[in-house]
Amino acid sequence: MSSPQDKGAQPRRIPAPRVLPESQAYWSAADEGRLLLKQCDDCGEVHHYPRDICPHCLSANTRWVQASGFGRIYSHSTMGRGEAAYTLALVTLDEGVTLMTNLVDCDPAALAIDQRVRVVFKPSDGGHAVPMFTPA
Amino acid sequence: MSLNGKAYIVGAYEHPTRQADDLSVVRLHADVARGALEDAGLSKSDIDGYFCAGDAPGLGTTTVAEYLGLKLRHVDSTECGGSAPILHVAHAAEAIAAGRCNVALITLAGRPRAASAALAKAGKPPQLALKAPDPDAPELAFELPYGPATQNLYAMVARRHMHEFGTTSEQLAWIKVAASHHAQHNPHALLRKVVTVEEVLASPLVADPLHRLDCCVMTDGGGALIVARPEIARDIAAQQKRPLVKVRGTGEAPKHSMAGKVDLSYSAAAWSGPLAFAEAGVTPADIKYASLYDSFTITVLMQLEDLGFCRKGEGGRFVQDGGLISGVGRLPFNTDGGGLCSNHPANRGGVTKVIEAVRQLRGEAHPAVQVPNCDLALANGIGGALASRHTAATLILERV
Repeated sequence: MSSPQDKGAQPRRIPAPRVLPESQAYWSAADEGRLLLKQCDDCGEVHHYPRDICPHCLSANTRWVQASGFGRIYSHSTMGRGEAAYTLALVTLDEGVTLMTNLVDCDPAALAIDQRVRVVFKPSDGGHAVPMFTPA
Repeated sequence: MSLNGKAYIVGAYEHPTRQADDLSVVRLHADVARGALEDAGLSKSDIDGYFCAGDAPGLGTTTVAEYLGLKLRHVDSTECGGSAPILHVAHAAEAIAAGRCNVALITLAGRPRAASAALAKAGKPPQLALKAPDPDAPELAFELPYGPATQNLYAMVARRHMHEFGTTSEQLAWIKVAASHHAQHNPHALLRKVVTVEEVLASPLVADPLHRLDCCVMTDGGGALIVARPEIARDIAAQQKRPLVKVRGTGEAPKHSMAGKVDLSYSAAAWSGPLAFAEAGVTPADIKYASLYDSFTITVLMQLEDLGFCRKGEGGRFVQDGGLISGVGRLPFNTDGGGLCSNHPANRGGVTKVIEAVRQLRGEAHPAVQVPNCDLALANGIGGALASRHTAATLILERV
């Protein structure tokens, strides 16, 4: 966590995701620059974060689908100063699910709710690439 | 089964410390247990039920029971963060109604302020005082890489509220201003200085749009409650010649990211509140005093709307111009100064919310903030984080 005292601090290191077996495919795809979602073959609903078991109907017939990688900012907040500043966000994908992410490669002061964004992948600290978003 | 009238709060105690450099976590739990027993006029052997949450050390109920030498026949360590003690009052009433115990003790205590100070003195980052996240938590990989701190999670709720309803930073600041007006009368409050809207807005942005003074304090200490069956409560009231505090309505509900269908426009209080009002058979307009969870100013605003004190989106107008100041506004809130100014022990504000509601119902609040003829009070907690997952607990208490 960063704080406003981090003047002159280094850019925030992105902790490597702790991968559970049921989401291994998500992170392998992220390393290839693809954003995956889980969809249920029984009820048809898409969900996030990805589970083996559909949180809409508890079916185990879930499969991976590739997201378009586009969405809109639902909300965001920038914390920290200087190089250590980072922007936490919730982005609603075109597929209808909202995920937690960072908004990167942009001026935080120019961001707005409902702004169109697209996925980019950033390296984590010794682990899988992590999906983030930037103005489309 | 309705819990209305099935149990009474007969003991309440808040630790006076705000920085416990020389007291262990379990000692703080013991201190508040002793204080609540003394307040109730009961002894250790009267306690046959015990409730605590994740702030208790070791094995929780087992560890604290051992330290205090308690002989118990009912325990409950339901963990839902800062709202836990409010939920525990309801669970204690359930247990009493079911004949599982007669006198339940609830404790909350911790020392994050002292722990952070010790780390700073040693030149180490204060974050080391936080518990490491559980690696088995399924959401962890999808959140931790992005740096969700408590502040920026609540800030996203505030920004969304501003976007959807036109709420302003000035309106949020009024919540802190009201808390500070109350805290000036509390000798134990960490922050006793009355602040203005301008001072809140001039404080540094912690996580935009939230300023430092939109955030609660970090303090040590804690509090305890004793819940008893009606016959015991009536005996105590007769001996002590003071009003009884009856549990009249209860509600609890978790809210989460809903499989990705995120909607930050409301909190779980929109679900727990109606349960409590229905059980109590009263409406928000009947409430004379409200203890609202105040981890941040936006937390209070959300509860005002979700509990029905005003319509959704109108919280900003409800709180502005002193709307929450006792003797001035339409709904006196957190007359002890709340978590925003007085105390947020163990980073959990639930127990102090119930304690101040009990003070108000007994007529034992500071005269400058005591609500006249306070016969019906509400306490609400939000444990966890509004923007990700949290559990709300609502309690309606009546003076009889």
